[in-house]
Amino acid sequence: MDQRAKEDPRVIELQDVAYSYGGAELFAGLTLSLAAGSFQFLTGPSGAGKTTLLRLCYGDLRATAGRVNLFGADAQAMTRDDVAMARRRIGVVHQDCQFLDHLPLADNIALPLQVAGRSMEAQGNLDDLLAWVGLTAQAAQLPPQLSGGERQRAALARAVITSPDVIIADEPTGNVDWEMSQRLLTLLVELNRMGKTVLIATHDMNLIRAAKAQVSASVLRLKDGRLQAGAAL
Amino acid sequence: MTGRVDPRDLAIRALGAVQRAAALLVGDPQADRTVPPTGYTARLTVFTAGAMAFLAVFAIALSLATGRLADRWSAELARTATLRISAPVDQADAQVRSALTVLEQTPGIASARALTDDETRVLLEPWFGPDLPLDALAIPQLIEIVEDADGYDATGLRARLAAEVPGAVLDDHTRWRDPLVAAANRLRALGWTALLLIGAATAAMITLAAQSALTANAQVIRVMRLVGARDAYIARAFVRRFTLRAGAGALAGTAAGMLAVALMPGGDDATGFLTDLGFQGAGWLWPLLVPPLAAIVAFVATRSAALRTLRTEA
Ligand SMILES: Nc1ncnc2c1ncn2[C@@H]1O[C@H](COP(=O)(O)OP(=O)(O)O)[C@@H](O)[C@H]1O
Ligand SMILES: [Mg+2]
Repeated sequence: MDQRAKEDPRVIELQDVAYSYGGAELFAGLTLSLAAGSFQFLTGPSGAGKTTLLRLCYGDLRATAGRVNLFGADAQAMTRDDVAMARRRIGVVHQDCQFLDHLPLADNIALPLQVAGRSMEAQGNLDDLLAWVGLTAQAAQLPPQLSGGERQRAALARAVITSPDVIIADEPTGNVDWEMSQRLLTLLVELNRMGKTVLIATHDMNLIRAAKAQVSASVLRLKDGRLQAGAAL
Repeated sequence: MTGRVDPRDLAIRALGAVQRAAALLVGDPQADRTVPPTGYTARLTVFTAGAMAFLAVFAIALSLATGRLADRWSAELARTATLRISAPVDQADAQVRSALTVLEQTPGIASARALTDDETRVLLEPWFGPDLPLDALAIPQLIEIVEDADGYDATGLRARLAAEVPGAVLDDHTRWRDPLVAAANRLRALGWTALLLIGAATAAMITLAAQSALTANAQVIRVMRLVGARDAYIARAFVRRFTLRAGAGALAGTAAGMLAVALMPGGDDATGFLTDLGFQGAGWLWPLLVPPLAAIVAFVATRSAALRTLRTEA
C-alpha cells in the first residue's frame, strides 16, 4: 500500500459521491481529489455537510453512491481492518476532539501509537510534541480538566504523533481565540511544509486568509450539496 | 478462495488462536486501560461466575454420585437374589436344608448360603435397633443367592420351590432394582443437563454484562476507532477483563463448592445415596475444570458480543 501511495499523487479521492443519513441526500455527484502535499480548506455554511464529507474521507462513513479511494484502494471494498489501517495514515482532528476522558492527556496523545503497537516510539515523540503544542504542563491532566483551546491543541498533537501522510481537521479553531487559532494554523502549515497533506474544514474566513499568506492553499466551498472550487475571498 | 480447507491453514489458525489466548492472559496493560474500570458490572460478573461455579460443582457431584450408584445397583443386585423361608419353628431347619439342596441343583446359581443369626440381626438393626432377641421372634430365615454369569431360570425355580419348599419366597430384586437403576440414570442425565444449562446461563449473563459494558463505553470505542484501532484490539480490552473476572469468580465459587461437598456428613456405603454425594479419588479433579471452563465461556461470549457490537455499529 505504501508503494502505491507514492506512485499515486492523489491520496484521497471522491468520485461522483453521494451521501444520505437515511433521509434526503446531503449531497450527490460530488468529486474531490486530495493531492499529496496539498493544503486545502473546505468551507461552507453550518449544516452543509462538511463534517460528513470529512468522515467519508477518513473512512468513517461509506458513500451511498459513487467511489471513494483511500491511498489508491477502493474504500467500498475495504474490510474493517483495512479501514483501521488506512486510518493510521490519516491524522484526524475531530470537531469535538474525542478523548478518553479517564486517561491523562499524555496517554490520549500517545493512543494512536499504542493501538498501532508502536508504544516504544512514544516517549521521545511525546515530549517534543507536548512542548510543540504548549501542553507540557498539562500532560498529566484529564481531558475534561482542559480548556477548549488546550483540547484542540491536544487533538492536533494526537493527530500527528504517528507522523501520518494526511491530516484532516474539522473546525480545529472552532472554540479558540484568534491568537490560539494562529498558533494552530502555524502548526498545520509547518506539517504541510514537512510534506503532509492537509485538509481543514472551517467557516472562519480570517483563518483561510491568514493561511493563504503562508502557503498556497486552495479553498473548496460546499453549499446546497455542491462543491465549488476556488471560492473567492 | 477455493472453499477447500487446507489442513496447514487450519493448523496455523489454531496456533494463532492459542497465541491470542496466551497474549490475552499475559495482557497488554496499556490496552486494558483504554476501557475505564466499571465497578458494578465487574462485581456482578464475578458474583455470577462464582455462583454458577458453586452450582456446577454440585451438579458434577450429583452426576458422579448417581453414576456410581447406578453402576453399583445394577452390578451388585443383578447378580444376587434372596430366598425367604417362613415356616413353623419345627419345620424351619428342614425347609432351609431342602431349599439349599434345590438351589445347589439349579443351573445358573453359583452359590447359596443361609444367613446366620448375626447377619440377620445386622440387617434388621436399622429398624429394630441392636440386641434384637431373634429367638423370640418369628423372623424368616434368609438365603443369599449369587448367580453365575449365565443366570438362572427364575420361573422354573419358583415352580420347583413351590412344590418342594412351601414356605419359600424368591425375591430376585428386579421389582425394586429396575426403577432404582432407571432413576439413578435419569438423575445422572439431569446432572449433566444442569451442567450444560449452567454453562449456557453463564454465557448468557456474561454476554449481557459485556454488552452493557460495550454500550456504556460507546465513546471509548469511537475514540479507539478514530485513532486506527482494529476491532480485535478494541475487543481485547473487554474480553480480557471479562475472562479474568469470570475465571476469578469461578475459582472462588469452585473452591466454596468443593469445600461444601467435602464437609458433607460422611457415611459408610450402607447409608446410601445422600451421604454418597461427594467426590471420590480422581473425581476430585473434575470440579477443577470449572474455573478454566468458565473463563473459556466468558472469553467466547465476550469476544463474540464485542465483535458483533463493533461490526453492527456503523
Ligand atoms: N449522524 C447523523 N445522523 C443524521 N443526520 C446527521 C448526522 N450527522 C449530521 N447530520 C445532518 O447532516 C447535515 C450535515 O451535517 P454536517 O456534515 O455535520 O455539516 P457541517 O459540518 O457542514 O456543519 C446536517 O443537517 C446534520 O443535521
Ligand atoms: Mg461540522
